[in-house]
Amino acid sequence: MKKDIKFYFKLFASTFYLSAFTFGGGFVIIPLMRKKFVDQYKWIDEKEMLDLTAIAQASPGAIAVNAAILVGYRLAGILGAMITILGTVLPPLLILSLISLAYTEFRDSLIVKYVLRGMQAGVAAVIIDVVVTMGIDLIKERKVLPIMVMLSSFVAAFFLHINVIFMILASGMIGGMAMYYSKHIKKSGEGK
Amino acid sequence: MYLKLFWSFFQIGLFSFGGGYAAMPLIQNQVVDLNGWLTMSEFADVITISQMTPGPIGINAATFVGIRIGGIQGAIVATIGCVLPSCVIVLSLAYIYYKYRGLDTVQGVLNGLRPAVIAMIGSAGVALMILAFWNGKAMTITGDGIDYVAVSIFTIAFVILRKWKANPIHIMVVAGLIGLCIYPFVL
Repeated sequence: MKKDIKFYFKLFASTFYLSAFTFGGGFVIIPLMRKKFVDQYKWIDEKEMLDLTAIAQASPGAIAVNAAILVGYRLAGILGAMITILGTVLPPLLILSLISLAYTEFRDSLIVKYVLRGMQAGVAAVIIDVVVTMGIDLIKERKVLPIMVMLSSFVAAFFLHINVIFMILASGMIGGMAMYYSKHIKKSGEGK
Repeated sequence: MYLKLFWSFFQIGLFSFGGGYAAMPLIQNQVVDLNGWLTMSEFADVITISQMTPGPIGINAATFVGIRIGGIQGAIVATIGCVLPSCVIVLSLAYIYYKYRGLDTVQGVLNGLRPAVIAMIGSAGVALMILAFWNGKAMTITGDGIDYVAVSIFTIAFVILRKWKANPIHIMVVAGLIGLCIYPFVL
């Protein structure tokens, strides 16, 4: 991919556009980014996007901003990260600046309320669609451990409300140990 | 004053792990309790408006408080303060990730993380779905108080996404428009 002015503009425009539509919490940016950068532009692959999501989650600050920094850095280094930060921060900055002029009217507006209620259902569908796609891909690999990690993490997050940082540490450790274990077994097998 | 604004939001940015709602008590502590920039009810408004607009609550609060205290420059200063800590930490982690991701141990750790990340996004998705279906009221097994309009929008959107891989942003915009057309008559 050529890194000319056009590329940087495309990077800025796509993060700006995505950020303007992250209603319903930071997680929404993940399906949107996946659609844009993985499916549409093919700049990043699926697994890498999941790794970047994990890093965005584990770091302090807003997930949307963190994910944007990572995508920018991956595609065009520090300059890329600066561009994607600007693209992500500008929409809320502009929108809130405008709204702060007349925020009580906005807060009490019925039109806004109706649109948001419809949108909320749409956003839920967008997130669940992406999760179903990724979940099916994972199950198709037919490995027991990742599927178990996925199911138990869901229980931990949804029902037990376990802290995100703790879950990331625990699942990372399980993965690291599994890798160590399988290598160890392989080595002793070759020795015989 | 700008320095104080910057420093306050720098701390918010540095210590808000887990995004969104986890950051709220921290923002309240800095903005309402420590500095008295907003009253408690103004802070509640910031949260409501954050939920109604796109973008992270931290950035929204930074912009809102910044404008109150120091106009548009204040908003910019507070936003930079809020983003700077993540910027430094995330870039360091990204550097480490791209340097060492070829290693077996790191690969193992990442293999463990990926399913957990899918699960966490799934958990957020299901929580949002319940919020949409019951409109923030307690969920009931019998389906009392369920919002059938939201359920219909969700189902149609989901089918379109699965079958035709529609653009998620188009889905969100259309869902909003359907809400605007139907809710005035049912609420």
